[in-house]
Amino acid sequence: MTNDKKRIRGEALVEIRGLKIEGYSDDKWHPIIKGVDLSLKRGEVVGLIGESGAGKSTLGLAAMGYTKPGCRISAGTVTFDGKDLVNASQEDLRKMWGSQISYVAQSASASFNPAHRIMEQVVESATNHGVMNRQTAEKDAKDLFKRLQLPNPDTIGERYPHQVSGGQLQRAMTAMAMSSRPDLIVFDEPTTALDVTTQVEVLAAMRRIVDEFDTAAIYITHDLAVVAQMAHRIMVLRYGNLVEQADTRTMLKAPTQDYTKSLWAVRKLEKKESKSEDIILSIANVDASYSGVVKVLDNVTVNIPRGRTVAVVGESGSGKSTLARAITGLLPPSKGRITFNGKELPPKLADRDRDTLRRIQMIYQSADTALNPRQTVRDIVGRPVEFYMGLKGAAKDRRIVELLEAIELGEDFIDRYPGEVSGGQKQRISIARALAAEPELIICDEVTSALDQIVQEEILKLLMKLQKETQVTYLFITHDIATVRAISDEIVVMYKGKVVQQGLKSQVLNPPYPPYTELLLSSVPQMDPDWLTTLLKKRSAA
Amino acid sequence: MTTEHVDIRSIRSRRTLWQNTIRLLKSAPLSAKFGMAVIAFYFFCALFAPLIAPFGESEIVGKAYQAPSAAHWFGLDQIGRDTLSRVLFGARNTIGIALLTVCISFSIGGVLGIYTAVTRGWLDQLFSRIVDIFMSIPVLIFALMLLAMAGKSVWNLIFILAVLDSTRVFRLARNTALSVAVQDFVEAARLRGEKLPWIVVREIVPNILPLLIAEFGLRFSFVFLTIAALSFLGVGIQPPTADWGSMVAESKTLITFGRPQPLIPAAAIALLTVAVNFVVDWFLQKTSGLRDDQ
Repeated sequence: MTNDKKRIRGEALVEIRGLKIEGYSDDKWHPIIKGVDLSLKRGEVVGLIGESGAGKSTLGLAAMGYTKPGCRISAGTVTFDGKDLVNASQEDLRKMWGSQISYVAQSASASFNPAHRIMEQVVESATNHGVMNRQTAEKDAKDLFKRLQLPNPDTIGERYPHQVSGGQLQRAMTAMAMSSRPDLIVFDEPTTALDVTTQVEVLAAMRRIVDEFDTAAIYITHDLAVVAQMAHRIMVLRYGNLVEQADTRTMLKAPTQDYTKSLWAVRKLEKKESKSEDIILSIANVDASYSGVVKVLDNVTVNIPRGRTVAVVGESGSGKSTLARAITGLLPPSKGRITFNGKELPPKLADRDRDTLRRIQMIYQSADTALNPRQTVRDIVGRPVEFYMGLKGAAKDRRIVELLEAIELGEDFIDRYPGEVSGGQKQRISIARALAAEPELIICDEVTSALDQIVQEEILKLLMKLQKETQVTYLFITHDIATVRAISDEIVVMYKGKVVQQGLKSQVLNPPYPPYTELLLSSVPQMDPDWLTTLLKKRSAA
Repeated sequence: MTTEHVDIRSIRSRRTLWQNTIRLLKSAPLSAKFGMAVIAFYFFCALFAPLIAPFGESEIVGKAYQAPSAAHWFGLDQIGRDTLSRVLFGARNTIGIALLTVCISFSIGGVLGIYTAVTRGWLDQLFSRIVDIFMSIPVLIFALMLLAMAGKSVWNLIFILAVLDSTRVFRLARNTALSVAVQDFVEAARLRGEKLPWIVVREIVPNILPLLIAEFGLRFSFVFLTIAALSFLGVGIQPPTADWGSMVAESKTLITFGRPQPLIPAAAIALLTVAVNFVVDWFLQKTSGLRDDQ
């Protein structure tokens, strides 16, 4: 390509030694990175994995010589291509960023300026840094679009960011990062916001282009299976410390540290399915739409057996959350009927009586927005106790403590505000609020997708335990197949507002598959480093 | 979010409301402490003006335009009233009227804003468009016009300013309430079967209260300045009632003779406005989590 200067594999590109980074909050400096070494050779891809708060993004940015506002490098060195980045001037760093080092962020839609065409933004850094002139840059960008397998590579640059899909925009952002042929790209969770079927294409495109140009990369993610496809070497971080590092295959086969093993183990949780003919909720031929024009639910028929877990899976836009809104009465269906316990549910929320409302409860994806930050746990959990059960004073408090014990939190949580507990604990409190109503059906809308893997597993275990104790039925909406495997009895697959398939877990997850189910299942990354390669071969052969 | 069972109690022990308030006040920056001291002093003057003022509000005690002396620290005005006493009584009138105006404007704008945010629909559209029209006309000119039509009286002044000012309160209340009303916890309350008043009072208001309190301070400054400006122009608070704006107007010619008299009520206006702003700045930073370095 245009400037292949000194791309020799094996030569050291980034050297981080004894790096310590601190962040400022509550009038104190807190350590974020506590002395980590990292070395990266040209053309090498290293994966950083860990839970949220492990310091992976902070470390990735530090490799660029950047710290977020409110953070500082307190010790250690960062050397890039022989240059000291810790003491480099802002001017020198700016010259390097966008030309020698680039960054691909998690949300491409938030990173592109909606007011400019994609092409202008893709070529901007290359032309600004004088790597090439505008014409060459545009020609080169089209070439990159082609290599990244974007549709219509010659004209897609004329579009505005909102005119392409999320996966396409993420690839355009990779093209932007690649346009000046950097020596290093930092990918920060680039596929986390994408659907699995889209993720496969983006991963394949990124991997190929990094390989073709021999670019070194730091790939940050919390998804082990993804990092296994992308990285030559994996570093596991926790609380700002390096837990262990090894090349990808060794790491997957034989992790040495307990913490790493525990990350691996999460994938093994699985509930034994059981069949039931007793239907608690039946949704028959339901249509629903938001504006009256486009059908978000199209002739949906689903039966939910009592005391079981039915998982609804599908990509974003498949109508799974709309289904929940139709059941709860937030979005009355335009056609069809929903029967609960043999009686037809009034379509509108306002027409349902208090006892019907009590029997169907909901748990949300983000406990941060589902719990009022200005109410204590006592108010949050106590309100349904008072509202539905009529308990007051000491009796109400006793019930709250019982509920807190049921969700494995102690009574000392009772006076805390949501801001004073961890993410997993917040989700537990949401569960307690739903349980307080003593419901028959709980709709769980992506309840684990905002949580770290280990916390996810704890929440799933808790939900299963509660089901055993109270015989509650779950309608579990998720896009994560691993979660489905873990908790469901039956599975409903949705695509573009229609039900593709409903059946027992063993039926849906085993062949023969309808075409969409097969696409969905095969797109879920596996812990095998050759998974992506094999899949791409299979798909191109088909 | 890293570990499941962190004992937070050991880090942040419970304090009483009083202890928290004291702690909060101690941690305030110098500017906010200064602001609070000034506001407290003004309110003290306003409340006890008849006791601390050496002379009566409209008592004529000497010759017109007498220079400052030991008996009359700030001198006498154009008909021989004691300027210091007038300034002290002026605090009472100007602050009292501004405070009453802001209270009325918050009652109108706040209630309607929150109500329309929660119910949406045509009422929301109607009020929002009316507010847009009101806000497209400069407040001072609009107020001058309405006062000319309605006649100069304190109650007209209060009512007209309150209505004009409530448009701004409406906007803020509606927008902040709307951003809370779309949160999942409000949906959860609706799904539980809660009635509208409960949702507003228990779920929404606690989340927007800090912003509304801060806005109360700012609106107070604006209303206070508008009243002073209207009085200066002669349509605000009417003589013989002491008021800072009209005092500046009455003594303004003295400035050409190098006399400081018009500067005294003007400084009183400026100081209170600055003090309120200092306190509001600090309060907003404290409650909204805004930081200068972000």
